[in-house]
Amino acid sequence: MSGWSDLAIVTAMVLYIVALAAHAAEWAAANGAAKLVVPGRARSTAERRQRSLVAAGANGPGVSADDVDLNDGPSVERSRDDEADGGDVVDDTERAERAERRVELFGRLGLNITVIALACNILGVVFRGVAAQRAPWGNMYEFTITAIAFIVLAYVVLAFRFQMRWLGLLVTLVAAIGSGLAREVFFVQVAPLVPALHSVWFIIHIVAAAIAGAAFNLGAVASILYLIRARKERRETLSGYWTKLPNSQRLDAIAYRMHAFAFPLWTFAVAAGAVWAQYAWGRFWGWDPKETWALVTWVIYACYLHARATAGWKGGRAAVIAIIGVASFWFNFIGVNMLFSGLHSYAGI
Amino acid sequence: MARDLTKRRTERELAPALGFKATLRFWWGQLTSMRTALVLLFCLAVAAIPGSIVPQRSISPIKVENFIDANPELGRFYDTIGMFDVFTSPWFSAIYLLLFVSLIGCIVPRVQVYLRALRAEPVKVPARLTRLPAHRVGAIPVDVDGDPEDPAEMLRWAEKWLRKRRYRVAVRDRELSAERGYLREAGNLVFHLSLILVLVGVAIGSLYGYRGTAVVVVGQGFSNTVTQYDDLTSGGRFSSTDLAPFAIKVNSFEAEYETGPVQTGAARVFRANVTVTDTPGATPHDEVLEVNHPLTIGGTEVHLLGHGYAPKVTVRDAAGNIAWSGPVVFLPQDGNFTSAGAVKAVDARPERLAFQGFFLPSGDVEVYGPTSQFPGLLRPQLVLNAWYGPPRTETGVAENVYSLDTRGLTQLMENGEPFRMYLSPGQTVELPEGKGSVTFDGVEQWVQLQISRTPALPLTAVGIGLAVTGLSFSLFVRPRRLWVRIRDEQVEIAGLDRADARHGLEDEVAELAAVVCDEQPGVAHPSVERGRDAGDEADVAEATADAYGDDRVDDSRVDAENK
Repeated sequence: MSGWSDLAIVTAMVLYIVALAAHAAEWAAANGAAKLVVPGRARSTAERRQRSLVAAGANGPGVSADDVDLNDGPSVERSRDDEADGGDVVDDTERAERAERRVELFGRLGLNITVIALACNILGVVFRGVAAQRAPWGNMYEFTITAIAFIVLAYVVLAFRFQMRWLGLLVTLVAAIGSGLAREVFFVQVAPLVPALHSVWFIIHIVAAAIAGAAFNLGAVASILYLIRARKERRETLSGYWTKLPNSQRLDAIAYRMHAFAFPLWTFAVAAGAVWAQYAWGRFWGWDPKETWALVTWVIYACYLHARATAGWKGGRAAVIAIIGVASFWFNFIGVNMLFSGLHSYAGI
Repeated sequence: MARDLTKRRTERELAPALGFKATLRFWWGQLTSMRTALVLLFCLAVAAIPGSIVPQRSISPIKVENFIDANPELGRFYDTIGMFDVFTSPWFSAIYLLLFVSLIGCIVPRVQVYLRALRAEPVKVPARLTRLPAHRVGAIPVDVDGDPEDPAEMLRWAEKWLRKRRYRVAVRDRELSAERGYLREAGNLVFHLSLILVLVGVAIGSLYGYRGTAVVVVGQGFSNTVTQYDDLTSGGRFSSTDLAPFAIKVNSFEAEYETGPVQTGAARVFRANVTVTDTPGATPHDEVLEVNHPLTIGGTEVHLLGHGYAPKVTVRDAAGNIAWSGPVVFLPQDGNFTSAGAVKAVDARPERLAFQGFFLPSGDVEVYGPTSQFPGLLRPQLVLNAWYGPPRTETGVAENVYSLDTRGLTQLMENGEPFRMYLSPGQTVELPEGKGSVTFDGVEQWVQLQISRTPALPLTAVGIGLAVTGLSFSLFVRPRRLWVRIRDEQVEIAGLDRADARHGLEDEVAELAAVVCDEQPGVAHPSVERGRDAGDEADVAEATADAYGDDRVDDSRVDAENK
């Protein structure tokens, strides 16, 4: 059973890399598709408005109805552009449509491969649990493959339900790196738990941390995309796949939603850890390195939420804080386990 | 140059001098601003980091000593600035205390505002509903007789529909305002206030609480008095009379270890069977003490922290009299319980005897040297060196029972090399020069108990529970305002979300429109026109600001400018 689990995880890892390549091809193909639609240099308000319409409209049905400024699809805009371009209209339109089809093809390919990879990933986690005859969250390897499964699962739901496939490139990147790290660095054989982990809080604490971590990662992905797209919007150099992303305001709102979901859950995970610590060690907080960094991460995300409510900090600066937050989360997971000795040294490496 | 100076002086004179009160108010305003809170939060995050990198006295004092020994200069500097006690240092305390002052200063006024808002009716209908992003315009429906419907009746439909969706509704003449999501701000306030509760709980816990450990050999007991502790840390308001007068006898201890190929030797089970006497004279009761399953004796918690081996040794002196007999606690040095310890036979005559060495629960000294190969008792071995010296009068000065101070002692030699004995259970070794003998009688186990009391724990727990609940409300509840205005020729319906995470506002506005205009929700009706031409963005922002009506005005304007 543990052999099957290993096989499933390796398969998932390879498929994540393939999906990553497919999404990279999707982004590359968009370079041809979007050039036509977006004028290279737009100065007037009207043109800027029009551009944002195209950018958001290209996202199709993913844009929810409550977005006022995104109503028309790309076709209208394109025809308007065609007129302006004059002679090469037919040629360019055909080229653009071909490129558009390639984008769609690679994008769907990437998403479908990701779904298969996710299935393998989940099977790997389940088999691992069956092999160990316990919840499969006892060491870094198991935590990583579980967290990756949560990240990708959330992404797949978002991609199908809300057409957020544009997350694909970075999510498969995270999944590929994560499963690679798990396989090559964190891997340990199946073994039972040390007595300190025999507790119902083991499941509560770790699952909450894994889901919160997944949402933090997705939020960071959205924040990174937001920062780049906002910069391109400011410099008016929006091109290629970037035009297919939601506009920066919407990206910011999406990032916020993910963080707003993750933050209470992370709070709960830390609180559950404190309850467990009271049972296991007789103190709910002991400034163990893991606890300290969990608090540091929590405070950074508290900064993010406050920054969003502070004039001059919302937008770019808040997004940077969110990225610092996810770095702190990863450091808490990898750095603290590998560098410091503490009560949470369960890596078993 | 001279002119510059004059100019500057004039400016200074022109600047309005703040009075004492005004200065105070200015700084209070600065301290309680969101920006300051943000900076303090950052400081808190950064200040906590050294606590995880530099060894901390509260966690492992030995590491701190080692650090100072290894880097005397840096160590002294670190000690001065409190790097070894980060979390109790003045600067760390200053940050979080300022943060809490800032929090209180921010939250208390907001509580008042919120309470006023709770009593107030939903805000008036904005002047230009059709300028709002989410709006609909519908025709006035007609009743069965073909006359235009009564406006009051239409608003009644809307009110009924809105109340079912838990909106607060205010009807004024031909207008209706509705609002929901009051719990968002309530959650926000509860979250911040409960953080204060947590702080108070933690403060009480650390002032009045204590925590100590004691090593108890199986078969022996522990009674809860200061002298029985190996170490005891307590808060400033703790007194030794606070110790609950219970006693624990450890009857047996079981440990099981992994014997499979993976993680060989990792602990799988440890369990101590104990007999507890709650108060002197009370009926003793048997309990099982396990990791994650502490005992609670009248508010005092007893945890099983660690365990180890205590070889039972009998030492006879040169005259053959028993100078020491009994279990000696050896401290584990590694995961396989290679344990170090010392046996001190101070009563041996004519010379006192002392021994230092290792106990190996599963060892083979000839093959592996003095390191244990497995934590379980598969092949116990005791490896000891011996010392002797003149008898010593008891000084009463405390000394480390786990290691030997060899000052004033001479090491026993044999053939020019330090004498070393290897013992298996039951074996006796005669010391050279007729100094006596050592018998390894067997092995007993010991457990390390942690005894702690954390007063105000329920308070802290309630605080944390409220914080998580409040936080969830403040982030998941979505406040929304809806308005209906019935004009002579048409009905205007509009809505606005007051939180970032807006979702489904258009749908709800459409449904409300259908209700007021007597349509089935979800069915498109030609008489209901969807609000599409929302005008340019600045206009929308203005209308939005108008609709928010209060605290959000500035924010919206900033938003509009950013666009």
